[in-house]
Amino acid sequence: MKKEEVPQDKSHLEKANAKDLVYAVDENGNYTTALSTGWQPKSIALDNAILEIEERTAAAKARYLKNESSPIEYYMELHKMDIPILASYMGMWQWRVKRHLKPSVFHKLSAKTLQKYAEVFEISIEQLKRIDD
Amino acid sequence: MIDTLPINFSHKQSAHCENGVVSNLMRHKGFEVSEPMIFGIGSGLLFSYLPFIKVNYAPVFTYRVLPGLVFSRFAKRVGIKVKREKFSNPIKAQARLDENLKNKNPVGLQVGVYNLIYFPDEYRFHFNAHNLVVYGKKDNQYLISDPVMENVTALTEKQMEKVRFAKGAFAPKGHIYYPTAFPEKLDLESAIVKGIKQTCRDMTAPVPIVGVKAIRWVAKNIRKWPKKIGAKKTNHYLGQIVRMQEEIGTGGGGFRYIYAAFLQEAAGIIKNENLKEFSSEMTEIGDLWRDFALDASRIYKNRSGESDGYNKIADQLNTIANREEDFFKRLKKTV
Repeated sequence: MKKEEVPQDKSHLEKANAKDLVYAVDENGNYTTALSTGWQPKSIALDNAILEIEERTAAAKARYLKNESSPIEYYMELHKMDIPILASYMGMWQWRVKRHLKPSVFHKLSAKTLQKYAEVFEISIEQLKRIDD
Repeated sequence: MIDTLPINFSHKQSAHCENGVVSNLMRHKGFEVSEPMIFGIGSGLLFSYLPFIKVNYAPVFTYRVLPGLVFSRFAKRVGIKVKREKFSNPIKAQARLDENLKNKNPVGLQVGVYNLIYFPDEYRFHFNAHNLVVYGKKDNQYLISDPVMENVTALTEKQMEKVRFAKGAFAPKGHIYYPTAFPEKLDLESAIVKGIKQTCRDMTAPVPIVGVKAIRWVAKNIRKWPKKIGAKKTNHYLGQIVRMQEEIGTGGGGFRYIYAAFLQEAAGIIKNENLKEFSSEMTEIGDLWRDFALDASRIYKNRSGESDGYNKIADQLNTIANREEDFFKRLKKTV
C-alpha cells in the first residue's frame, strides 16, 4: 500500500476521535506509518456484526414475551455475550447457565443466583426479572 | 490511596497493542526498537484457521500468533528477562500494580476490551487479549498508555479492576508483565535470523490449521459455505475474516505490511540486500490481501444476498497461498 492510498473513509472511530495506524510505503519505497480514519470494507463488516447482535437481542426479547425464554438470554445478548462467556462470568458450568434460560427454571432461581446475574449485567434484581421497552 | 509521582513515559501509537506495549516499555528503558522489529523478531506473522472454535458465532481466523508469544519470543531472542504475574485476587492484583508504580516502574497489562470505556462502543467486544501500559496513578486514576490510541488516557480503580478481571476466553487474570534485566547491547542480528526462520517454518508447516495450508482450507470452505450453511452465515464468516485481517490493529493487510516494514529494516541490520526485495514482495502480497478484503466486502455488503463472487475470492486466496508458500520457502534460504 502506498502512503497516498491509505484510505480515509468514515467510520465509528470518529466518535472517539481515534484513528488507525497503518504501515505504508512512501514515494521512495521506504516504509513509514500513516493514520487512517477508516476503510469501508471493514466498516461494513463491523456494522454487519453489530446488526447481527441487535437481531439476536430482538429475537431474545420476542422469545421472552412468548414465554419461551428467560430475561437472562436477552441480557446476555444485550451485553454481546454468549453462553461460554456468561458462564465464565458466573463461575458456573455452561449447562447450568443454559438451563437458566428456561422460564420455568428461572422462576425458581435463588436470590443469590439472581443477585449474581444482576451484578454481571450491572442491573438490579427487579430489572433482571423483566425487560423494559 | 496515595498518588504516585508521574513516571516520565513517552507514548507512541502503534498498529498493534502487544508490539506497541513492548516498544514503549523498551524505549522507557533506553532501547529504541521499532514495532515492526519487535513483531518480526517475535515471529508474530501467521495465518491460522480453527473451524472447530467459534467466537462471535464464527470460526476463528487469525493473522498472527497467540497473544503474549511475540513478547516472550522477542525477549528470549534479544536476551531480556521478563517478569510476569497473574492473580486470582483482585485486591492483591491492585496492590502489586500500585507497588510497581510507586517504584516508578511502568508495567504492561493484559486486559479485556469490553469494559474499556475509552473505546467507541462499536469496538467493545469480549476480547481479552488487549495490552496497554500503566505508567502512573493520579487522583485515584490510573494513567494509561494504550498503544492503539493516539493519546494517553486514564481509568478509575474500579474500571481497571473490571478490565483486568474480564472473563471468557484468554481471561487476563490481572496479568502484569515488565522487563527486569537487559543485556548491555541488544543482539538484534541473530535474533532477526531466528525470528525469520521460525516464521518461514510456521507458514509452510505441514498441518492444515496453520500457514499457507490453512489459507487454502479457508478458500476451499468459502466455495462450499453458501450451499452448506447459507448465504447469510457465509457472509457473516467473510465479515469476520476481514475484521480479523484489518480491524484488530494489524497495520493493514493482516500484518503483512508490518512484516514488510520489518524485512526492510532488517536488511540494513543484518546487511542482506536481498531482504529489501523480499520486503517489496511482501508489500505486494499485502496488497493482494487488501484486494481480497475489498472483494469480500462487496459480497457481504448485502448480508443475506446470494452472490456469484464466492469462487472469485476463493481463487484470490489460493493465489495468495501460492505466493506466500513460494515467498517463505525462498526467504528461509536467504537468511
